[in-house]
Amino acid sequence: MLEGWGRVPAEGREILSENLERVTPGTVLMRGLGRSYGDSSLPANPKDKVVASRLANRIISFDPETGVLRGEAGLSLVELNRIFLPRNWFTPVTPGTKYVTLGGMVASDVHGKNHHVEGCFGEHVRSIKMRLADDSIVECGPDKESELFWATVGGMGLTGHVLEVEFTMKRIPSPWIWRESTRVRDLAEYMDSLNAAAPRWPMTVGWIDCVCKGSAMGRGILDAGRWATAEEAGSRPLKQGPSIKFPIDLPDWCVNGFTVAAFNTAYYWKQFDERITGLATPKQFFYQLDGILEWKRGYGKRGFTQYQCVIPRAAGVKGVTDFMQLLTKLGGGSPLSVIKDCGPEGRGMLSFPLEGTSIAVDLVVTPELQGIVDRLNEFMIELGGRVYLTKDRFTRAEHFRAMEPRLDAFLAVREKYDPKHRLRSGQSVRLFGDKASAFGAK
Amino acid sequence: MKAVVLGGTSGMGRAISQKLVERGDTVFLLGFPESDLEKSAADLKARHTKGQSAKYAVLDLEKPDTFAGALDAADKALDQFDTVIVTAAMFATPDAMEDDMELLRRLVTVNYANTVVFCEHVRKRLLARGGGKLTVFSSVAGERGRKPVGVYGSSKAGLSIYLEALDHKYNAQGLDVLCVKPGFVKTGMTAGLKPPPFAGEPDQVARDVIAAIDAKKPVLYTPGMWALVMFVIRLLPRFVMRKINF
Repeated sequence: MLEGWGRVPAEGREILSENLERVTPGTVLMRGLGRSYGDSSLPANPKDKVVASRLANRIISFDPETGVLRGEAGLSLVELNRIFLPRNWFTPVTPGTKYVTLGGMVASDVHGKNHHVEGCFGEHVRSIKMRLADDSIVECGPDKESELFWATVGGMGLTGHVLEVEFTMKRIPSPWIWRESTRVRDLAEYMDSLNAAAPRWPMTVGWIDCVCKGSAMGRGILDAGRWATAEEAGSRPLKQGPSIKFPIDLPDWCVNGFTVAAFNTAYYWKQFDERITGLATPKQFFYQLDGILEWKRGYGKRGFTQYQCVIPRAAGVKGVTDFMQLLTKLGGGSPLSVIKDCGPEGRGMLSFPLEGTSIAVDLVVTPELQGIVDRLNEFMIELGGRVYLTKDRFTRAEHFRAMEPRLDAFLAVREKYDPKHRLRSGQSVRLFGDKASAFGAK
Repeated sequence: MKAVVLGGTSGMGRAISQKLVERGDTVFLLGFPESDLEKSAADLKARHTKGQSAKYAVLDLEKPDTFAGALDAADKALDQFDTVIVTAAMFATPDAMEDDMELLRRLVTVNYANTVVFCEHVRKRLLARGGGKLTVFSSVAGERGRKPVGVYGSSKAGLSIYLEALDHKYNAQGLDVLCVKPGFVKTGMTAGLKPPPFAGEPDQVARDVIAAIDAKKPVLYTPGMWALVMFVIRLLPRFVMRKINF
């Protein structure tokens, strides 16, 4: 059995190897650390050969003059941070977890708290070595085979297997973050603060309480940050701090309306002062949830999904408020909804962000979940927004097509490089109509 | 630490080499093919706290006549190594060896005879310089004659006994022998097998092994749970072992 982060399993087995070039011929999907929530890293058919890249973790080269790093697809952010943070280098873009591989960061074209400044990870990639569906190996980048490259960036692994990634690391003045946390009382104030912070801070993100109804809807905490200067950081060494492992699967009933409300209230009031400024570690700032390993177990065995969407700027605060009200009405309360603003759309053909507000909420798997996702998606189509494939497991094909005007361009490139749709995942069967039957079967 | 790692290009050996350079130790790689050694050396250079480059020499455990030359090269590059770590070995399932006696012969030769010969080369060198550390990967498979790993396990059982004797005989002369007994670890070597409960990851094993080397332990079960598992397995009577497929 294989599972994504949302724990809804699919039958299948990984082929684990240090040598991706040797094992990838004939395989249909590659997966990294399995942090995508839905079915994008899960096989469509139990017989599909799925390569696990996480042991292919070598740094092929690093140039300390330019910051250009080339690594094998399974090299993870955990390792990169451990090695390069103390040397004042950091990845140009990091998602909210460090348990991701370079290959996964390309396939999801991950974005981070600095999206409004740096764009997605793909913007910083110089070159990718890939195994294509016809088993040939190519090198592509923004200036060579660029069509293939931009289809691969955010292409969920469906254009070929990423073997190596070359990108430019960023020099940082210190391995510490200078953070300003502000407690905000409601959604309107929240959106104002977010917009005000964006031009002043290279990194912003916030947590809002979407269970609280009425005037306090959208109360939350806004985090803004930048890399601390060497003077601010002093010479204090970066403490790694222990990670706690979530010990057991909580019974399913543990996450309910009451506990979620209690959790959110506690989280909101953990910051008693309206504004706190000071130094934070990258772990505290970027990877709050990584502090609890296997936190997914808190949702129990039934599994969960994350609904992450982006609401275009044109829809305004009203669009965000309407979305939150709809969510509350549908009963999709979630501990800690993450909200942040996105900069302009990137060049990755299926890359998620577009200029506007991104919202992510966790939803546990219940019989009503499909209906909730459908309703949210219909609302997204009205607004001109879209969902993040990396988090998705329940969007219907017709809904995705309606919210994704770039889909045909992507599918055309895929058709060119993989006319038989040999590379596939549970997600590509669900959203792009690939066949799930065993290859060679009549 | 000036460490020679035989098998440092893949699996647990790779994870150990990476962790050693990340804390500032010097690593010299032994193994084959050369293209793979070259890639791993570049990786270790990028990871080293001071950007120190890693060197390597080709050594094939099937060719004992290459051992002395490769160790000479390591000694020269490191100005006398003080630690040797052996993770390289062969693995094959009983099914694969059923119709292939040559594979069986090679496996037993590599895992036992040739590994012992290599360790003897290392022992002489380390003792001549007043001692040092020798860490060798055996296996929990060498603890009991178990159905799925009979031949492989017997080669590791021989190796474990040899390492134990080495420790008894030379510990007083400054040779710190560590016999590592990993349980099931998810690496390329075990990729075709179904992972049992308590299967470990190379990263976790590497941390345990380095801590055990630093603490001069003679024997290490890793992941730790396997010490308990094997304790129980060793106690099982023969009629039970005949019945179960573990």
